[in-house]
Amino acid sequence: MTLFIEQCLNGLQFGLLLFLLAAGLTLVFGIMDLVNLAHGSLYMLGAYFAATFAAWTGSFVLGAVLALGATLLVGMAIEIIAMRRLYGRDHLDHVLATFGLILFFDELVRLIWGPSGMSLPLPSWLNTSVRVLPGIDYSAYKLSIIIVSLAVVVFLYFLVMRTRIGMLIRAGASNREMVGALGVNIKLLFTLVFGLGAALAGLAGLMQAPILTVQIGMGENILILAFVITVIGGIGSIRGAFVAAILVGLIDTLGRAYFTDLLRLVFTKETAATAAPALSSMLIYLLMAIVLVIKPEGLFSASGK
Amino acid sequence: MRKALLAATAASLLAAAPAAAQQKTVKIGFISTFSGPVAAIGNDMRNSFELALDHMGRKMGGLPVEVIYEDDGFKPEVGKQKTEKLIESDKVDFITGYIWSNVLLASVKPALDSKTFLISANAGPHQLAGEGCSPFFFSTSWQNDQTPQAMGLYMNQKGVKTVFLIGPNYAAGKDMLAGVASTFKGKVIGQELTKWPDQLDFSAELAKAKDAKPDAIFVFYPGAAGAQFLNQYVQSGLKGQIPLYTAFTIDELTLPRQKDTALGVPGAQQWVNDLPNETNKKFVSDYRKKHPGLSPTFYGAQSYDSANLIASAVAATKGNLSDKAAVQKAMEKADFKSVRGNFKYGNNHFPIQNFYLQEAVKDQEGNFALKTVATIVENDQDRFHDKCPMK
Repeated sequence: MTLFIEQCLNGLQFGLLLFLLAAGLTLVFGIMDLVNLAHGSLYMLGAYFAATFAAWTGSFVLGAVLALGATLLVGMAIEIIAMRRLYGRDHLDHVLATFGLILFFDELVRLIWGPSGMSLPLPSWLNTSVRVLPGIDYSAYKLSIIIVSLAVVVFLYFLVMRTRIGMLIRAGASNREMVGALGVNIKLLFTLVFGLGAALAGLAGLMQAPILTVQIGMGENILILAFVITVIGGIGSIRGAFVAAILVGLIDTLGRAYFTDLLRLVFTKETAATAAPALSSMLIYLLMAIVLVIKPEGLFSASGK
Repeated sequence: MRKALLAATAASLLAAAPAAAQQKTVKIGFISTFSGPVAAIGNDMRNSFELALDHMGRKMGGLPVEVIYEDDGFKPEVGKQKTEKLIESDKVDFITGYIWSNVLLASVKPALDSKTFLISANAGPHQLAGEGCSPFFFSTSWQNDQTPQAMGLYMNQKGVKTVFLIGPNYAAGKDMLAGVASTFKGKVIGQELTKWPDQLDFSAELAKAKDAKPDAIFVFYPGAAGAQFLNQYVQSGLKGQIPLYTAFTIDELTLPRQKDTALGVPGAQQWVNDLPNETNKKFVSDYRKKHPGLSPTFYGAQSYDSANLIASAVAATKGNLSDKAAVQKAMEKADFKSVRGNFKYGNNHFPIQNFYLQEAVKDQEGNFALKTVATIVENDQDRFHDKCPMK
């Protein structure tokens, strides 16, 4: 039982992290109608910035805060310099251009920080485990990821549901042209939304950095999951992204934890051990396929199309 | 075009006159990973191979050497394509490199079918040591099972009774876990294979290991994943609770990122940078001089040996590389000074060699380094050699 709770916490932590990444992606996709493959590069930049700033300042928290600001600025700069030229063009152009950005950022990082990657050491107060429930010791750092991510979820909820900017974001997600027609400064809104998405991706990257180390191309695998989440949750819907991210996080972690044992009931030990990691990583895509069949618009579709 | 014609004419002339069948250059293909998250390993192998060429005056048996480096992109299918390209269009005499067992297994057939000598400078899948052994395949590293087997022996010495195994789900990962289980006398109470190479979060596996309450955890994660695993092992609070034993998880490339997490975590290795033979001293110090801030890894050491093995065969056959049987015989002698100390080849062309216990240490300036602690096993031969039909 304690193992199950621990695995659920692992799943929750992974899901929340995916949410941070997917929230930005779904906002940009939903509101700006822009397919941004370079979202993973922002995740990577967040991690590199944090590792650099933490080394300069000697403080993990200060480094993280500075990195967050830096990714926000980089995000807004990308929007102004590159993305503005892509609005209203074909999705294929978006894919091509943002794929180019991935290559650009990978090479830029290689030039600035070198090819061998970096590490972001945790302060000792985070590098331990704490007792969350009787008999369950859990990584203090993973717990803090859960707390920070939940705080971001609450912040996003208020931002989107209770503020004027949020109102515009929601309006933009459901009918972009109308928002522009009503005289809203859509350019500024887009820059802000893109910057916000970038900062969220950067936050996800810098929080993953102490666990996974910092390296070139770190955002590319996880971006696929983030896209799956936007599809499951419904494009443009923050709520959908949240539900889908938690689902995907739990399915992925619990699948890895228990699928081998399940398969062992049917197959030999050898076959089960080899097949389970491959099969359990398919579960997420299976979920996506089912959702697409039942609700092609995603669980919580934002657009009224 | 004219050059190609000229070369073709020259080649046909040479073929017509076997007495003068000495070729002008030794062509070597080198496949490794030079892009993506593990590019650092490929760079280390290339640096070491180039250093070996420097040390031999960039000539083998008096002939100039041409090396063509190709990037496998960490992918078996790309490795296979590049291997075919090296054989079919570059017509290399030797092909070497290969970090990953799955890349090697995908690439080995075109090389061996065309009777091109393939020298693995790292990967050592069991398939190529047993029934699949070949006169044209040589290793300057080890058979995958050997290093973890040494670790299994060391765990016996330490009185470990139960162990939990974690490794990546690909050819080498499965060999490693099977290897440790074959020499470990206690009980393997759990085993987890993770998706390779894209699973980097090991929380689910670590939670299961913790729950199984073993005496020890054995792990194999090469490249950057080694740093990631150690981070997560420490963060999950297992350090100090369940000791960790490793193979190929801590090396000179990952250590600068693993730092303190690597201290007190033993590993087994056939080569460590401080092995006290002259060839090794020269290799390590010249490497550091040529590449300030970097230290060679075992991947590099094996590549350095690979260059020397090829050179020994070119010299022994006086550059007559079309006499495949003579080249094979020359290589079987392993007649060169290896950085690990000299070794013999077994019947399956895998080295019979010592395995050492390696540990990470931190000096007063806070720099980390790996050092040899003890010899775990001497003149170890892999456990598949008797299945190999070559005698």
